[in-house]
Amino acid sequence: MARDLSLILAGFGGQGVLFAGKIIATAGLIEDREVSWLPSYGPEMRGGTANCSVTLSDDPIGSPLVTAPNALVVMNQPSMDKFDTAVVPGGVMVVDSTLVQRIPDSEDVCVCAIPATEMAEENNMKGLANVILVGKLFAETHFCEEETLFAAMEKCVPARKRHLLDANMAALKLGMQA
Amino acid sequence: MAEKVLMKGNEAMAESAIRAGCRFFFGYPITPQTELAAYMSKQMPKCGGTYLQAESEIAAINMVYGASAAGARVMTSSSSPGISLKGEGISYMAGCDLPGVIVNVQRGGPGLGGIQPSQSDYWQATRATGHGDFQIMVYAPSTVQEMADYAYLAFDKADEYRIPVMILADGMLGQMMEPVLMPEPKDELPEKPWATTGHKNERKHNIVDSLYLTPDALERLNRERFERYEVIKANEQRAELFMCDDAEIVLVAFGASARIARSAVVAAREQGIKAGLIRPITLWPFPTDAFESVMDTARDFLVVEMNMGQMVEDVRLVSEGRVPVEFFGRTGGIIPTPAEVLKRIEAAHERVGE
Repeated sequence: MARDLSLILAGFGGQGVLFAGKIIATAGLIEDREVSWLPSYGPEMRGGTANCSVTLSDDPIGSPLVTAPNALVVMNQPSMDKFDTAVVPGGVMVVDSTLVQRIPDSEDVCVCAIPATEMAEENNMKGLANVILVGKLFAETHFCEEETLFAAMEKCVPARKRHLLDANMAALKLGMQA
Repeated sequence: MAEKVLMKGNEAMAESAIRAGCRFFFGYPITPQTELAAYMSKQMPKCGGTYLQAESEIAAINMVYGASAAGARVMTSSSSPGISLKGEGISYMAGCDLPGVIVNVQRGGPGLGGIQPSQSDYWQATRATGHGDFQIMVYAPSTVQEMADYAYLAFDKADEYRIPVMILADGMLGQMMEPVLMPEPKDELPEKPWATTGHKNERKHNIVDSLYLTPDALERLNRERFERYEVIKANEQRAELFMCDDAEIVLVAFGASARIARSAVVAAREQGIKAGLIRPITLWPFPTDAFESVMDTARDFLVVEMNMGQMVEDVRLVSEGRVPVEFFGRTGGIIPTPAEVLKRIEAAHERVGE
């Protein structure tokens, strides 16, 4: 069984951090683990910064609000500045370096910076930087089995957007290899 | 075979209500409750039900009154300021002995307050939802699964006792997703011989009314209703006891704050502190029996709420001075952290000594 994941995903509203969190939460659901997904809601959803907390655990989850993450996915500078010190020692930071210029050095935290937005544009996957980062997070933490991650992605793409499934899968794999 | 799905608390309550036989929903949008109404607007037409966005919360609760009088299973939902507006209608329903389910996904107050989670409507739910001598039953779920389970049960209890039932949730529980196993759809609902469904010249008129101008008649009805409340108090208390068997520092928390308190209890146990948690699931009736079961070992009650201290008064009433009662709360939409609750447990532990 994978270790507990206490994750914050953060970025601007519209970048898809809530969707990225939902893929990971769904992976936990498929593996029958304890799962919680908590979005920020309110004014920050309407154009400002958005974030969500995702926990995967083998024990009942207390607060679904993650305050000491062991993983952080960051898609903009304000979120980087807000959350970088919250990550616990031994944790992982996955950063979109196209959009985050100032990435702090840390001895205790593994910082994985990939230009996800640039990669998405170069590979005709505009808007899928979020999914590329989920792929990268998976490669670094193995929060679930690989086939679970693909099954989760299938579950998360609604029927009316079925035509986007291939692109999402490709983005996931691109991130896993980055 | 039913399987677990990932759902928001707000959506889980809506789906579960439909499965409990609710076919009428009247509401008005307000954050952080809106997903419930949105879900109903999509699903009600598919199951032959009625979804109606009223012109105001006051209109919505009075539509609930009407549908309930006609025998339907009916729900409305709102968040704190909207529930205040519904107070008058809820009082009328109580005065008419009408069942109905009211969901409050609480946000910070008073006034318009904020839109982040809060538990500051405890008093409103358990003491004075509206004017007059009455109670409503109040369930306080703590997980998305419980939101589904108690929304489902609420309809049965409302019909059984002919009483309005409230689900008291908050913005955190409403917005979060967790895996949930939905209850089976009900195909049989209880008979309601009192409902105003048309007498067809076969029986006397049924009248649903809360106006009694003869003091004797009104007093008699109030007394009868309170006898029913005593039955509810005797039969319907619910609470979860967590690590309470030998607990000296007993936390008391409901809903969202109970999740945080539970984490703090686990952390305290890891330090060798005998901590436990009483989690009231029914806020009215207050689960007094659960408290009696810990009185022998408890040396301190620590009540944790997302308000300035409301349920703490009920704990003091139960304790009757036998065990000291302390309070820790955050307000304004701030969710307390397990670490700050743990600090309070440590302080209490030091005070009561080894």
